[in-house]
Amino acid sequence: MIRLERLTKIYPGSTIPAVDNVSLHIPEGEICILIGSSGCGKTTLMRMINRLEPITSGTIKIDGKDVTHMDVIALRRSIGYAIQQIGLFPHMTVFENITVVPKLLGWNKKQMNERVDELLSLVNLDPAIYRDRYPRELSGGQAQRIGVTRAMAANPPVMLMDEPFGAIDPINREVLQDEFLKIQEKLKKTIVFVTHDIHEAVKMGDRIALLDAGNLIQYATPEELLTRPKNQFVKDFVGADRALKRLDLLKVADAMLKNPVRCSTEDASEKILERMVEKNLNYLLVTAPGNHLVGYVNIDMLRGHKGVVGDLARPMSITVRPDQNLKDALSKMLTYDIGIVVAVDDQGVLQGILNSKTLVSVVGETYDEHGGHWGNITTGGRIL
Amino acid sequence: MRKQKKSGSVGRFWMMTAFALTFISGIYAERLGFLQFTMDNPEEIWMLFVEHIQLVLISSAISIGIGVPTGILLTRGFMRSYRDWILNILGICQTVPSLAVIAIAMTYLGIGKKTAIFALVIYGLLPIIRNSVAGLAGINPVILDAGKGMGMTPAQLLFKVELPNAMYIILTGIRTSTVINVGTAAMSFLVGGGGLGDLIFSGIAMVDAGYMLAGAVPTAALAIFMNWFIGKMEGWIVSDGLVYEK
Repeated sequence: MIRLERLTKIYPGSTIPAVDNVSLHIPEGEICILIGSSGCGKTTLMRMINRLEPITSGTIKIDGKDVTHMDVIALRRSIGYAIQQIGLFPHMTVFENITVVPKLLGWNKKQMNERVDELLSLVNLDPAIYRDRYPRELSGGQAQRIGVTRAMAANPPVMLMDEPFGAIDPINREVLQDEFLKIQEKLKKTIVFVTHDIHEAVKMGDRIALLDAGNLIQYATPEELLTRPKNQFVKDFVGADRALKRLDLLKVADAMLKNPVRCSTEDASEKILERMVEKNLNYLLVTAPGNHLVGYVNIDMLRGHKGVVGDLARPMSITVRPDQNLKDALSKMLTYDIGIVVAVDDQGVLQGILNSKTLVSVVGETYDEHGGHWGNITTGGRIL
Repeated sequence: MRKQKKSGSVGRFWMMTAFALTFISGIYAERLGFLQFTMDNPEEIWMLFVEHIQLVLISSAISIGIGVPTGILLTRGFMRSYRDWILNILGICQTVPSLAVIAIAMTYLGIGKKTAIFALVIYGLLPIIRNSVAGLAGINPVILDAGKGMGMTPAQLLFKVELPNAMYIILTGIRTSTVINVGTAAMSFLVGGGGLGDLIFSGIAMVDAGYMLAGAVPTAALAIFMNWFIGKMEGWIVSDGLVYEK
């Protein structure tokens, strides 16, 4: 979709290139993160794509078309542009701000009305309340949302975003990032996203291009960047805690043990007790037919009980979803001081089980490339 | 509710004061012969008043027509290095007394309305240019970058982003210029330009306070009105999104 070839930028009056011979290819529908410390050339690189910075040498092709051969105004209107300082026009209402590009493109009033309502709902702002507000009447998070919305207004296939969530507090940033990823999942835009925050890069990026002093150091998926940093610079940049950063990246489903040992609500307590003693298990998951998680039983509860396990099972107070990231799961485990957490889907069907040992070993893969082993949760399905 | 009542009573206080002052100055004016003179010569005063307004409106319109575009020109990229230089020269020119400007204009253009208008235009130009430059140069560069990045042409950027955002400061310059203009226009009389200066200067020459006041009072009233009116205009023209001390 976007192809940069041997792209170089030398600012007038300088001998050191701000961007030095960078080639990279951004496939359609992906978010490409440009990351690096300040002054590494990431913003310059991004701004060359819509020609806000003149290109010194090299080519940029969007859909095979060389941008330098396109009309610069038409080019910019076809590319969404969102920046860290937001840059909402203070004299225009939210509606007018969002419709800047549609208006330039000659949309009619009805189209613009519909689009604004659609976009505002997309970013969870009530159109009735917000469309006639002025930027000064918005909070930082709302303004950021409008900024991103404005960039998407004319539905451009390509978007350039320069730290679009940079100017807000960490909590709101997380929310906006999640919202944005959800939107992106639907819209599948090709996005060039500049940030200096490795967490954001790992979370948002399909690919990450790490730049230093104008040079492209490594261009890889977040997973690869964290597990196989190309050199010491990359290692230092992603940080000594890169293993922990993987927690952001990995889902519960990646680390959980599937098919944990369990019993059914119909099973007789005495038999289960027998088997648990035999297998040296302290507790056991209980599921109803259809694999719905009911809870758990432990040995003490079963002793002396006559009847079925279902009568005794205690519900699980804490569960996780398989699509949650490991960081959230670990944080839950630490918060509630539990060594094991069960993964169930939204319908309550048992998916797997996660314990701190497996977590550590999955995360540990970052450090030793020869991998780890799975610890010793017992798996293998029904106990009887 | 209570607040409104309070502001109402404050308003009443000022109204009373204004009435009292008007009453006192009315007695004073009557003693000086102002009222008598006004009543004796309404047509002449009215004619001069209209002439005065014409001088002000024409010269201010020309000042705005030249000043705002000049301000725009001075803030374009290619002029950036000359900008301060030009503003300094204009600043020095402004220190020349208005009377001298009129005198200088007269040496080249002779006497008449044209000379008066020319001098008024020159004299009213600086506040407009200076404020236009200040307003346009003071715009947050981020919104210009955003506009450019979204594909606005330079002209669209100017008319849709720059001017609306600079409008408040530009209008303040226009207001200053126009109010000064009302006063300076009185000097038009000296080069045969007419206007209320006719009454003021003749009154001074004849040591006739009533005669002089017949020119001075409408001039002052016109200045106050212009100040109020352009202030009102700011409220209409400037976007509600830009809240200054309105």
